[in-house]
Amino acid sequence: MIRIENLSYAIEGKEILRDITLDVPRSGFTALIGPNGAGKSTFLSLIARLEPLQTGSIHIDDLQIGQCSDRDLAQRLSILPQVPDQPPRLAVRELVGFGRYPYNRGRPTSDDGAKVDHALSVLGITDLAQRSLDTLSGGQRQRAQIAMIFAQDADYVLLDEPLNNLDLAGTRTLLVILRNLAEQHGKTVVMVVHDINIASRYADRIIAMKEGRIVRQGAPDEVIDKALLHDVFATDAMVLSSDFGQVVLV
Amino acid sequence: MTTRHTFWAGLIGLTLLSFLSLFIGVIDVSPRDLISDQETFELLVISRFPRTAATLICGSTLAIAGAIMQMLVRNRFVEPMTAGTGQGAALGVLIVTLTMPSASIFTKMTVASLVALASSLGFLAIIRKMPPTQPLLVPLVGLIYGGLIGAAVTFVAYQADLLQYIGVWMNGEFSGVLQGRYELLWIAAGVGALTYLAADQFAIVGLGRATSINLGLNYSQVVLIGLIAFSVVSALTVTTVGMIPFVGLVVPNIVSRLAGDNLRRTLPLVALMGAGLTLICDILGRILRYPFEIPVGTVFGVVGAALFLWLLYRRPQHG
Ligand SMILES: Nc1ncnc2c1ncn2[C@@H]1O[C@H](COP(=O)(O)OP(=O)(O)OP(=O)(O)O)[C@@H](O)[C@H]1O
Ligand SMILES: [Mg+2]
Repeated sequence: MIRIENLSYAIEGKEILRDITLDVPRSGFTALIGPNGAGKSTFLSLIARLEPLQTGSIHIDDLQIGQCSDRDLAQRLSILPQVPDQPPRLAVRELVGFGRYPYNRGRPTSDDGAKVDHALSVLGITDLAQRSLDTLSGGQRQRAQIAMIFAQDADYVLLDEPLNNLDLAGTRTLLVILRNLAEQHGKTVVMVVHDINIASRYADRIIAMKEGRIVRQGAPDEVIDKALLHDVFATDAMVLSSDFGQVVLV
Repeated sequence: MTTRHTFWAGLIGLTLLSFLSLFIGVIDVSPRDLISDQETFELLVISRFPRTAATLICGSTLAIAGAIMQMLVRNRFVEPMTAGTGQGAALGVLIVTLTMPSASIFTKMTVASLVALASSLGFLAIIRKMPPTQPLLVPLVGLIYGGLIGAAVTFVAYQADLLQYIGVWMNGEFSGVLQGRYELLWIAAGVGALTYLAADQFAIVGLGRATSINLGLNYSQVVLIGLIAFSVVSALTVTTVGMIPFVGLVVPNIVSRLAGDNLRRTLPLVALMGAGLTLICDILGRILRYPFEIPVGTVFGVVGAALFLWLLYRRPQHG
C-alpha cells in the first residue's frame, strides 16, 4: 500500500500540493486524472523521491520515503517521468538492461538477460534491440523507456502520461500490459492519463486532482459524471452510460 | 567489427606508435644504438620514455575526463580544459607559488586539485538553472567562465611578475618532460583507471537525474565522484605538462558517434583513442618543423577538428 499523509508541497512560496492524505491499496490499476497544472506530476515525483519532501510523509509498504535506502526502493517502486530525457546513444537493449541495475549493480546475470528479452518482447520491440535510441521514432523510444520500467519489475509502478506518442495499437497493447500487471502479477500501477475514457475503461480506480488537492476518488462508475467534468475540468461534456462503462463525449 | 575487436586492434597500433615515439627527436636514436651505446640508453630512460609515457597518460586520462564531464552535465560540447577546471588548476598552482614558494610538488598538486574541484562545482552550479532546450548555452557559458578564471590567473601572475610560469601551465606541451618531473602523472593514470569501476554509474547519470534516482543510484554522490575524478586528472596535467585542450572534447565525441554512450563498453576506447591521437599529434609536432617543435595542443586542434568534421559529414552509425 502507498500511504500518503498530510502531504503539502510548495515551490517558491506557491502551493502546488495541499495537505493530501491518501491510501493507494496494494495491487490494482489506478488512473490519476486532472487538468493541466493540477499537480499530478509533482505528486508522482514526490512519491518516487525525485524531489525531497517538505511536509507530510509517504510510505511504500514498510519503506518510508526519505528514510529508506535508494536501492531497496528501486526494487520496490519504479517511475516513468513525464518529460522524456534527451535520447542517449544507447542501444535499446542497453537501456532496457539498465532496468536490472537495482538488482545487479552492473553485473548482469543470465537471469537478467532473460528478463530483458522478455521485456523487449512484451513491448514488441525485440527487432529494435540493437538500434540506437537516438535513431528511433518518438513512439518507439517511449516503448523502450517503458520496457526498461518493465524489466525493473517493481511492485509499484508509477507512469506519468505513458501513452504519449503511442499509436492506437501501442496504446491498447500498453493498457493491456498494465492491466495484466495489476491483475495477474499483483502489481500496483498508478498512471497519469488525460483521456478519461481510457481511465474509465481500463483502470479499476480513479483519483481526480485539482489545484493540488484530491477532489474525487473511487471506481470509474462512481467518479465519472457530469459534475466531475464541470467541477474539475471546468467543461460541460456529455457523459453516456454504456455497456463498457461511462463514456465522455469530448 | 565489435567494440572489443576495435579495442585490441587499437591497442596493437598504439604499442607500435609508442615504440616509434621513443626513436623520434632532435638526437637520432635507432634501436641498434640502444644495445651498443650507453649514452643513447640514458637518453631513452631520462627523456624519451618519460615523454612517451606522459603523452599516453595525458591523452587517455583527459579523454576519459571529457567523457565523464559530458555525461555529468549531459552536454557533448564541454570539457574540463575549456570550462574552468583546467583554469582552476592553474589558479591553484599560482596560489601555492605565491603563498608557499617552497611547497613540495605534492602540495602544489593537492591545492591545484582542490581549486580545480571548486571551480568545476562553480560551473555546475551556474549551468544547473539553464534551459535544456538550448544546449549550446552550456559550452558558451563554460568558455566565458573558463576565460574569466584564466584572465584572473594571468592578471595576478602579471602583478607578481610570474608570467613566464603561466605560459608553462596554460599551454601544455611534452618537450619539457624528463625523468623525475612527470611521475605524478601516474596518479592521474590510476584515477583514470579507477573511473572504469563507476562506468555504469556515469552512463546512468547521463540518462538524467530522474532515471538515475529511479534506478536507485545516489545521484549526487556519483556526480561528486565524477567531478573529483576529472578535476584531479586536469590538475595533475596542468601542474606537470600544462593545459591541453581539445582532447577531452573531440575524442569522447568521436567515440560516442561511432560506438555509443555505454561507458562500460566505450570508456576503454575513449582512453585508447585519447592516448593514440595525442601521441600522433605529439610525434607530428616533433617532425613537421624538425628540429623545432610545434606544441601538441596546436597540432591536436587541427587534427582533431579535421577528424571531427569528417565524422559529422559521414553517415552516423552506432554499435
Ligand atoms: N519548477 C517549477 N517551478 C515553478 N512552478 C512549478 C515547477 N514545477 C511545477 N510547477 C507548477 O506546479 C503546478 C503543478 O505542476 P505539475 O507538473 O505537477 O502539473 P500536472 O498536473 O502534472 O500538469 P500536466 O497535466 O500539464 O502535466 C503547475 O502550476 C506548475 O506550473
Ligand atoms: Mg504532468
